[in-house]
Amino acid sequence: MRAARLLFPTSTFWAWISCALIFSAMAVGAADYPAWLRHVPDADRKRTNPYAGQSDAVAAGSKLFADHCTKCHGADALGSRKKPSLRTPEVQKASDGEIFWLLRNGDLRHGMPSWSAIPEPSRWQIIAYVKSLGEVPATTHQAPSK
Amino acid sequence: MFSFIDREQFLLYHCTRLLNATQLQLGRKQMAKIILKGRFAFAISMWFLTLMCGAQEPPYFVTYSHSLEEPGNLEIASKGAAGSPKYANPFVSQTLELEYGATAWWTTEVYLAGQHTSNDSTIFTGFRWENRFRPLLREHFINPVLYVEYEHLTLADKGLLEVTGHDSIANFQLTNAQARRELERSLEMKLILSTNTHGWNISENFITEKDLNEPEPWEFGYALGVSRPFALAARSQSCVFCRENFSGGLELYGGLGTTDGFGLKATSHYLGPIIGFNVPRGPTITFSPNIGLNDNSIGVLYRFTVSYEIQQVFGFLHRGGR
Repeated sequence: MRAARLLFPTSTFWAWISCALIFSAMAVGAADYPAWLRHVPDADRKRTNPYAGQSDAVAAGSKLFADHCTKCHGADALGSRKKPSLRTPEVQKASDGEIFWLLRNGDLRHGMPSWSAIPEPSRWQIIAYVKSLGEVPATTHQAPSK
Repeated sequence: MFSFIDREQFLLYHCTRLLNATQLQLGRKQMAKIILKGRFAFAISMWFLTLMCGAQEPPYFVTYSHSLEEPGNLEIASKGAAGSPKYANPFVSQTLELEYGATAWWTTEVYLAGQHTSNDSTIFTGFRWENRFRPLLREHFINPVLYVEYEHLTLADKGLLEVTGHDSIANFQLTNAQARRELERSLEMKLILSTNTHGWNISENFITEKDLNEPEPWEFGYALGVSRPFALAARSQSCVFCRENFSGGLELYGGLGTTDGFGLKATSHYLGPIIGFNVPRGPTITFSPNIGLNDNSIGVLYRFTVSYEIQQVFGFLHRGGR
């Protein structure tokens, strides 16, 4: 009888195991979703890029990107050992408003500085350029995005 | 368009030819040493050039904004001030600034200061160690930054990186020999409030300073600055003298007395327009003529800064220069 109980524990035991599995799955799911995206207010999320799709803005953005972003994120924006790629699906599928919010606020805890000193139009140009780069399949990412 | 390597080879070739012409006057060993040293210096300068980038900071001299150094970046700046105070010799002061972004919310800096006074001498006046912290990790309309600095300077320091208490023109009338005898070890704290809006930066600094050597009262001061880039959007073409690379502004700073006598009495104040030029992939050059606003101030103080930002300096060394 005791051996059977050890092999087939009570329903409470299985309930705890199920809860633990569900929470782990939720945690894994949350890790796929960049942490900073959860903090973006709705009003910022809905902002649109006034330069979206403009080739001049993309060219200007590439210049600004080379000046301010390449040393961390790399010339191809694929990131490095500790710095995230900007070509992951999470970043590429994020709305322009969400990326704009990140550039303004940074993620100081994780080493991303605030770029609020760059004027707004220039920040939109950088976003136009980053979005023009397109996604790179997960296998070629050099670092996961935070 | 030459690449850096092409340029280096080109210049080295011509320098070597020029030096060969003088080889008859100097020994071969000496020449080899000079060439080797030249190549080494050139390689070092090329390495710095490839790492340089333009800083995106307001072009202030005394006022601080909430822009901190990007983590891992090192900014090297040479800050100069030149003036001709009433009843005193003209002077030029130079301060070497090394600013390092320790984290995205903490910047630490070391300053080495010196000055030259006409008809007097050239002396090293001391050092400062400064730290700036951003207590709030998000961007707000007004962004506070806490500033703590330890100063180890003689009274001969003429860098004027801040004006506090009853600092006045009388300090400049001492000779270097007299002034360097008095060493001041002091603690300086600032509350920096700064806003970035519509391309403008508006910054206010409230300064307090305490001499750690002697039981002197707390000194107070202020610095206010407003600045804006000449163009908010970048041009698609590469350019050097285009508006986006220039910024302008206005700076006002001065002393506010001490705990024993707070106010504007016997204090000095300066106001000056600023112009900054950010050379693409090169240094940032800033200039400002500061006008003394009362008799306690120097009539006109010329300020100039040349700064270089080296990106991810330690990361570059770790990667072995790749």
